This record gives sequence, structure tokens and C-alpha cells, in this order.
Amino acid sequence: MAEKTYLIRGAAILGGEAEDLLIRDGVIAARGKDLTDENATVIDGKGLVALPGMVDVHTHLREPGREDAETVETGTRAAALGGFTAVHAMANSNPVADTAGVVEQVHSLGRASGWVDVRPVGAVTVGLAGEQLAELGAMADSRAQVRMFSDDGICVHDPVLMRRALEYVKAFDGVVAQHAQEPRLTAGAQMNEGAVSAVLGLTGWPAVAEESIIARDVLLTQHVGSRLHVCHVSTAGSVEIVRWAKARGINVTAEVTPHHLLLTDELVRSYDPVYKVNPPLRTDADVQALRDGLADGTIDVVGTDHAPHPSEHKECEWAQAAMGMTGLETALSVVQETMIETGLMTWADFARVTSFTPAVIGRVADQGRPLEVGEPANVILVDPAARWTVDPHKMATMGRNSPFKGKELPGSVVATFFKGHPTVLDGKLNTPYRYPAVSSN
Amino acid sequence: MKHLLSTENLSAADAIRVLDTAEEMSAVGDREVKKLPALRGRTVVNLFFEDSTRTRISFEAAAKRLSADVINFAAKGSSVSKGESLKDTAQTLAAMGADAVVIRHWASGAPHRLAATDWIDAAVINAGDGTHEHPTQALLDAFTMRRHWSKLNGTASTGADLKGMRVAIAGDVLHSRVARSNVWLLKTLGAEVTLVAPPTLLPIGVEHWPCKVSYNLDQTLEAGIDAMMMLRVQGERMNASFFPSTREYSRRWGFDDARLRALDDLGMKDTIIMHPGPMNRGLEISSAAADSPRSTVLAQVRNGVSVRMAALYLLLSGDSREAAPTNAATPAFASQSSKESN
Repeated sequence: MAEKTYLIRGAAILGGEAEDLLIRDGVIAARGKDLTDENATVIDGKGLVALPGMVDVHTHLREPGREDAETVETGTRAAALGGFTAVHAMANSNPVADTAGVVEQVHSLGRASGWVDVRPVGAVTVGLAGEQLAELGAMADSRAQVRMFSDDGICVHDPVLMRRALEYVKAFDGVVAQHAQEPRLTAGAQMNEGAVSAVLGLTGWPAVAEESIIARDVLLTQHVGSRLHVCHVSTAGSVEIVRWAKARGINVTAEVTPHHLLLTDELVRSYDPVYKVNPPLRTDADVQALRDGLADGTIDVVGTDHAPHPSEHKECEWAQAAMGMTGLETALSVVQETMIETGLMTWADFARVTSFTPAVIGRVADQGRPLEVGEPANVILVDPAARWTVDPHKMATMGRNSPFKGKELPGSVVATFFKGHPTVLDGKLNTPYRYPAVSSN
Repeated sequence: MKHLLSTENLSAADAIRVLDTAEEMSAVGDREVKKLPALRGRTVVNLFFEDSTRTRISFEAAAKRLSADVINFAAKGSSVSKGESLKDTAQTLAAMGADAVVIRHWASGAPHRLAATDWIDAAVINAGDGTHEHPTQALLDAFTMRRHWSKLNGTASTGADLKGMRVAIAGDVLHSRVARSNVWLLKTLGAEVTLVAPPTLLPIGVEHWPCKVSYNLDQTLEAGIDAMMMLRVQGERMNASFFPSTREYSRRWGFDDARLRALDDLGMKDTIIMHPGPMNRGLEISSAAADSPRSTVLAQVRNGVSVRMAALYLLLSGDSREAAPTNAATPAFASQSSKESN
């Protein structure tokens, strides 16, 4: 199969020195100064930063079941435009991704779309019901090779079930990604519990409901010697607990969303449900703690929690509205704004939290690799000097529920190479990667 | 003022304007013919997503006394109960030419949604939203207090505020839109507010509110108060462990006969007892207290109509600078003075 050859001239590798990258046959064929290749399509990388393709550990693609909200095709187009070359598709589809059949379906849809690697996340419990383990081993052994398991949206709150899940996934090097939310403390909860909820009369969502589950889970993880990933931490206290657990040597990783790095519960005063999300937007002190935690490595990765919804689920009363925000096409810009422009992180750090470490957590082969000769050519080119105004109606995702609507953000994705193929060129969708035909059942 | 959504952002000037207009309106209620032509040809929709006969008929009486056409839209038994969205309902009312929508909704912020979206262009009056606000209730409470306070001070009500008045509000503050609206409005008007409640029925974050907080009703009484407002407490709250039993609640936080006597013993002969209704006699307030000469419960109901007339009048005709509704002195209706959020 003859993919074209691309020569990227003079892009700052991970924000460092400008070098050329030669992409041929799906890999980085050469890296250095003044490379030449007569057959190559040359891309001017001047002023651009070359980064490994981003790997999202937390994406809702909605298919199967809610194709009115998003499909694998539309969601992965959005991912490519956002600079991703792999996404983890959360299990709360309909039917739930709790069997080998469903995860293989999602996996196949991802391959058919060809915009990014789609890594299905398997449900921890049957139907996300929190009562009995799903067939985790069957999902791990399936063609989808699931390694991450999560009931995301719902907390595995039964401590015995959580313990068993953590123990069981050790058999195939899996990880349990916990949505930390104590259900009794958050019955009917609508927003962060604090000064703003008191005024707005919206049922509060206390920080302790998240923190108490994380505290329990890191201790369980230590006890059974397993691996825990904490989804979308949102409070200063959660950062403290994860920091404490890591200091004790517990094998825990944590994720933060771009929106929790930027937005606070003050926005809820508008009662506009575009700001309704789970976990809820917190306070300014929490935002600062999350940024510091991401910068110092306490929080390992950025995960978008991209959660598209049809507009009728947001054009209603706050209490009636669905929780969630889109994020794939704004993630890079929001992280640049909150972490890089603030001086908290470099582009090399960016690559760590958006690509290298996410791929390790998800055990995604061929993703999150250094930009070195012989490595798979999952590469993006970013223009850090760009400024753009967010218009949800111009996005590739079907969801119009971006909390950044109308906001000017820095940084844009100029090109995305997935397996050596440009899925995005000149900031626009190009063509999907086509897998070589294989005779399989 | 375009909408009346909350008291949180209501300026003192706007609040006093509503109260002063309500004084004029109350004079209408004393006439043989209780009707003004001010809103003739205008349509007011009472859009009630939650049962509240008292508030609904108060708004209905207010609109009718101003000669508006009134449409009552009870969401129960209507298309809403069949799944119609707030957006579709609002757009339907807009298409029918509603000039004002009086909305009662179980969801906090629903009136804000109507006001902030382009679903409907009508004036929106919040008639109680979830556990957020109930601004006309607070305005009628303030109206009732102001009459009492001015009388005590030997001054005219019109133009006055509540400076120096000590008001205690006791009960389920956590779930009370009445308490929230009163705290903001009474503070704006210069009163000193103390909230009295079991700690379980106070919101996290109440420490940021412009009022004092007490867990002890007796100490609050002993410190001296000019108005005691009791809030309705739902007996079912004990099932969610907000308090152990209705009897314990009543002993510690109810305005019972002993506390009624204490007002006399403490020499507070002019202290009034208020309740937004409907009352749970024997739970948060005893019958003797509710029926005592101190009680303003029925005056509050009466004043409610005047205050709602004022709100409708100011929202629907204030900007058009029509002739004053009565021959009494009319406050100027500046169209841009409101800081009301929308």
C-alpha cells in the first residue's frame, strides 16, 4: 500500500529545536536538519510545533444507541481535527459496552472510519448497574483488546465489587477507570456545593462525594496490588489524595478535563445548561489546584470527557438538562491557554500529559511514542500563535454543547498524521486512513 | 425593569419603587370597584408547573384588577405533562401574544431560562422557582414589614426602607425560595436578618450571606426582634434525616405558645409574626401564634395582590410612561434603572 511521503520542514519538535521530519510508510523515516526526498510532499513547519498525536483516555462517541448525539464517524472526525490520533470510547452506549460483541462493534466502526485509533473501554459491571462484573476477560481477549474498564457516568460504589474488579483486571494487565462519585451524597445533585449553589438553590454536589471514593479506591488498589485510574478529578482535595497515594507508591493515575482547568461554578449563575457537567465545575481554588497538580505530575493526563448531546437535551431547565460538554476540538487550545501560556508547562510536558502517558495508561501500542526514527508516524503540527473564536456550529462533532462558545482561544491544529496518513491538513479534514484489506471473519 | 426574576440583583431604588407603587395599588382594593384600566388589552399568562393555588389566584386577582386578560396554564393535565418542553410551551405562549408570563416552576432557574433565551419576548415574573427565589413573596413581606415599621416610627410608608428593623426567619432555609428572596431584599432595604434553623436545613455556603445565622430560636428571641417570620417545614423531611422527628423540630425551632408568651415577657409588644403560608399549625407555628393579634398572615395575603399589581404594572406599562394609575402621587418610572439580571 502506497501512502504518500511527507517531509515536514523546520517544525519545533516538542517545542524544542526546529528539525525536519520525513514520514514514509507509516513511520518516521528520518529526523534531522535539511532532509531531502524528491518524492515527498513538503509541508512548511516554520513556526509550528510537532507533537505526538494526542491520545484521549475519555471520549463519549455515543454509538451504538445515541446516533442522534454522535457517531463513531463524526466523533473521530472531531478527534482528528482536535489533534488526536487515538481515543478511548466510553462504555455507556446503548447497548452498554459490556460484552465482547459490543466492544468489537465499536472497534470495527473505528477502523472503518479511519480517522483515529478507537479503543473501546469496557464496562466494569453488567449494564453499568453496579451489581455484577461484566465479562472483562472476554473483552480483553476480543479483537478490541480492551485494557481499560469503566462504568463512567456511574461510580462503582460497592466497595466489594470495586475490590473484585481491581483484582480481576490484574489477569490481563487491565486498569479500572473510576468515576468517583458517592451516589448517596450526590442524590439529585445539580452543581458544586458551595457559595454559588447556596444562592442558586440548586442541589449541591459536595467535593467530599468525589474525594471519599478516591480515598477508598487508592487504599483498595494498594491492598490488592492493582492499577487504578481516576477519571476527571475536579477538586483540590482529590489532587491531595492522589498526591498522597503516589507518595505511598500506589499505582494510581489521574486525569483532568480541559474544562475543569478553565471554568468555575460561577458560570452556573446563568442557569445555562451548557455549563452542566459531571463532575460539576468547581471553584477557582480547585481550578488552581488542578493546574498545579497537572504541572507537578500528580495528575498524569488530560482527558476530554467529550460528551456531545442533542440540543433538546440542553435547551431546557437546568435540572432537566443532560450533563456533559464537547471537548475534542477545543482540548489542545484550552490546555495551551491554561497550562502553557501560564508558564506552568512546556510543549514537552504537553506531549507527556496528552500523548505519552495516556497511551501507557490505556496500553495503546503504536501511540504516544517519541518522535524518533522508526516510530509510528502519529504526529500533529500545531500553530501556537493562532487565535480563534469557538463556534460550535463549525465543529465536526454533532454536539453543539461547547462551554467555550464565543471564547477566543490560542493554538490550532494545522495537521494530524495518523499512521503516516494526513487526516488533517491546513487545519481541515483531509481523508481517513484506510486499513489494508485483511481476510478475517 | 424588563423582568422580575430575583431580589438578589434588585436595587434599593427599584425595590422601593415597587413597594411605593403597591401602596397606590392597595388603595384600589379599598374601593367599591376594585379595578383599574391600566393593562386593558394586555395578556398575562399564569404558567404554573407546580401546584400553588394561593400564588396563582393572587396573581390572577392582581392582573384582573388591572384589566388584563388572564390565561391560566397549569402544566399538570396539559401538553406539558405529555412531555412538551419548556421551550415549546414558551414559544406557544409567544405565538398567542402573551405580554407577561408569570411562571411558577419546580426547577430553580426556569424563569431565568425564559428571560435569557429567545423563546419568548414577554416580561417574565418569577412566581417561585424550585429552591431558588420567590421575589414577589419577599416584596409582599417587605411591604407588610414596612407598613408596620413606618407606623411604629410615626412616618409615612411611601419612600421608606427598613433600616434598623430586626427580622428573624426560622425554618427550612435550605429548601426555601422565600428565605433566599427575603434575605437579599431585606438586606437591600436595610433590615438586619437572622436565619434560625437546624444546621441540616441551612445550605453550605450560608456563611457568605448578608445575615446572621443561629441554631437557637430562644436566644434569637432574647436578643430582640421586630418581626418573626416562620417558614413552612415539610414533615417528610424527617425521612431524609434532616431532623429526628416533627416533635423535636417543633420543640426546638417551632414558634409555639411558650415562645409567643416569651415575646410578652421580653417586652416585645410590637413584634409581628409572619408566615408565607400555607401553615403547618402545630409544627412550625402554633395556632395561638398564627391567630394572635401579632400575626400578619392575612395582611400578607392581602398585600400580595397589591405587590403583584405593582409588579405587573411596572413591567408592562412602566416603560411606556402611561398616565399614573391613580390620582395619587406617582413615582417616576425610569426605564433603565433596573439592575435586574436576565
